[in-house]
Amino acid sequence: MNSAPKTILDIANLSVSVRGEDGEREVVSNLSLTLARGETLCIAGESGSGKSMTALAIMQLLPQPAARISSGKIRLGDTDLADLDERRMRRIRGDRIAMIFQEPMTSLNPVLSIGRQLTESIEAHTSLSPAEARQRAIEALKAVRISEAESRLIQFPHELSGGMRQRVMIAMALALEPDVLIADEPTTALDVTVQGEVLELLRDLQRQHGTSVILITHDMGVVAEMADRVIIMRHGRMVEEGKTPDIFARPQADYTRELLAAVPRIGSGVGRQKSRHVETATPASVALVKDLHVRFDLRGGVFGRVTRRVHAVEGVSFSVAPNETLALVGESGCGKSTTAKALAGLVPYSGDIIVGGRNLSGLGRDERKAVRRDVQMIFQDPFASLDPRMRVGDLVAEPLVIHGIASREERSQRVAALFERVGLSADQMELYPHEFSGGQRQRVCIARALALRPKLIIADESVSALDVSVQARVLDLLKELQREFGVAYLFISHDMAVVENISDRVAVMYLGQIVEMGTRDQVFSNPRHPYTRRLIEAVPVPDPARRRSRFARLDQEIPSATRRIGEAPLKLALQDVGNGHLVAADR
Amino acid sequence: MTSPIAPDLPATARMPAKPRAGVWRRLVKRRLALLGLVIVAIVVSGAVLAPWLTGYDPNEQMFDGLTIEGSPLPPDAKFWLGTDLLGRDLLTRILYGARTSLIIGIVANGVALFIGTLVGVTAGYFRGWIGSALMRFTDLMMAFPALLLAICLAAVFQPSLWIVALVIALVNWVQTARVIYTETSSLAEREFIDAERTIGAGAPRILFRHILPHLLPTIIVWGTLGISTTVLLEATLSFLGIGVQPPTASWGNIIFENQTYFQAAPWLVFFPGAAILALALAFNLIGDALRDILDPMQRGRA
Repeated sequence: MNSAPKTILDIANLSVSVRGEDGEREVVSNLSLTLARGETLCIAGESGSGKSMTALAIMQLLPQPAARISSGKIRLGDTDLADLDERRMRRIRGDRIAMIFQEPMTSLNPVLSIGRQLTESIEAHTSLSPAEARQRAIEALKAVRISEAESRLIQFPHELSGGMRQRVMIAMALALEPDVLIADEPTTALDVTVQGEVLELLRDLQRQHGTSVILITHDMGVVAEMADRVIIMRHGRMVEEGKTPDIFARPQADYTRELLAAVPRIGSGVGRQKSRHVETATPASVALVKDLHVRFDLRGGVFGRVTRRVHAVEGVSFSVAPNETLALVGESGCGKSTTAKALAGLVPYSGDIIVGGRNLSGLGRDERKAVRRDVQMIFQDPFASLDPRMRVGDLVAEPLVIHGIASREERSQRVAALFERVGLSADQMELYPHEFSGGQRQRVCIARALALRPKLIIADESVSALDVSVQARVLDLLKELQREFGVAYLFISHDMAVVENISDRVAVMYLGQIVEMGTRDQVFSNPRHPYTRRLIEAVPVPDPARRRSRFARLDQEIPSATRRIGEAPLKLALQDVGNGHLVAADR
Repeated sequence: MTSPIAPDLPATARMPAKPRAGVWRRLVKRRLALLGLVIVAIVVSGAVLAPWLTGYDPNEQMFDGLTIEGSPLPPDAKFWLGTDLLGRDLLTRILYGARTSLIIGIVANGVALFIGTLVGVTAGYFRGWIGSALMRFTDLMMAFPALLLAICLAAVFQPSLWIVALVIALVNWVQTARVIYTETSSLAEREFIDAERTIGAGAPRILFRHILPHLLPTIIVWGTLGISTTVLLEATLSFLGIGVQPPTASWGNIIFENQTYFQAAPWLVFFPGAAILALALAFNLIGDALRDILDPMQRGRA
């Protein structure tokens, strides 16, 4: 290794502008940075900060024809990438600079086998024979710790899980040993335990090959785990640059400080609300779920018979007391969202759901509609859960219209009051959803859920799609509203740090069943089930001083919840280990 | 999703709240839409006022409408658009033919759109056996040669203008149904429809308030495209003798009656052809503008 760090990539005064309806707008302004060999540089920022645009500018993959580099130089060694024509740039892409995208589901071609996609890029850039290229591909897959690499070559993307696909993407990116690897939010779409694995893999590979990495992320936890140096961006400009420990310990810019303060931290007690005394398990619980099962039939064969079943929810029981927040946590596919949907009446289920003392399954249509008033839902994606063709005022008023509450004038007064309550102004009622930012839209969704004065609000990953600073404000709003209206929340999330901040009680789900349930303090301070421990350990901590040498790793992929007919999964028995802290017995 | 380039500005800074301006007023503000409206207005008034606009009878075969050799006359001061093979005034026939063609284009097309939307939305939203049955029937109709079906239907009923319109509608709804079905079934999966269910919205509300508005652009596009298709299908049927019965004029049958002579007397095909083109174009322009105006995402863009 050289003692003096050699600069491999040098960006000077880069500006990128995008042509819109109202003329050109700069999305990256006057950005300068250098990347040394073997270094990991994190570009962190919230949505709209220009971090992804910077990555695309380096790759010369800016969306055409709207976006262009308006000034500046991007020097890779001695070549200025901004001047290269497409033909010569193609030779650099993949060979000297490689990129990993956020969404492993969509960045692999679904109709080509893994092997074909791997060898294609190898053959394009080298003069290796097909057999040698295949050998190289197998090595690349082994390097990203994919078992049975040879047999994986003939598999197709849909046969692999999200984490596996992202590893294949990394294998593709690193197969040609590029000088620079750009990873744009490489773990954002992955579950926490898988995220830890992928990050560790990236770190090890970088160490072995001496690759320089530009890691683009919004997650300060990932920054703390991975970066040597950090650049904080906002509105296309660099706000602050520095070594990772300095940025976290002594942030200079106000924005960096705000950003760090907004990050939910796990286990540190920061931002954790005091344990509240909530009457639980009283007969007055707002919702009681007993032995809930949700199964989806998969049909196959010539006659479309049911051959297999997805056991999404298998015997889940819990209750939510008034004014309480119960968090349901788990990774994708664990059945937490399906439980929410069953409770909201969106999927058929078996078992009992009792809302306000009335069992939903025994009710007629009109009665069920009346009971439904008490249970409202806020969805994950505020961009998808509001009808884009309706004005937000009408959307918030709609629940009142459907349930025939209040006269027309009274309705618009109530809607206006709701708007002000969630931090929007009443003038904004005439706007359409697309005219709002993500956080504002989620506020509209909250106002809509509140319109019927429900007893229980189901929040299904409701803050996951938001930027951290926005997320913190929306969480505060939810807490305030709980104090004010005494509403109970069923808070569904994969983010342990957020859960620790908002919940009174926590239930951990794994493969359709609850494996641990107890008060927030019981679960976080004394996790008893191995899966709970793994979940908590896997969360990246936004503190470079507490960087882990090894991430918690799952021994294997999460098994599938799909089973053949007649093969019912084993039912876990929950044991009370003291003060109502329930833990599934070890098998 | 917002694109990464979307500015993170408060909404109010980007766009002030606008009053709910009438669709009509916004329509006439657009130059192209206005052109479309003007063309439609001309065609409609031409059809309605035909007896007052021309001194000729559309079916009168005039002695001075042909040359000595018996060929049609090119446009001149007397016969503005010339005469046809039988010595009838072409302008008069086009004006009267507009009545037929408008009725076919609007009524037949409207009925076809209605049936197609009804079938497509029902099948796409409710799925299940009713959806499968409807779509298999649609597939069957698609596989069946449309012309043959039209001939069968026209043979069963006594040919009249309204029957022809109905026959065309019964043949033409299939494509619309297919397209609407696909779109409805993907709309029904969207999260905001789930969100509607959780606030207690029933099927009628979801269908009329939340699904139909999203289908409007598709319906408008198919509607405007359908005008030229139906007018031409009517012409085909007329040609086969099962459409509008001669001597009643329609734009389609003027073309078909005269097409063999188009080299000798090109105006006979050109003028009715141009009329069909202009009408279809006009509806297309209006449809395009309507689609943009009804789309809240396009608000504020010219």
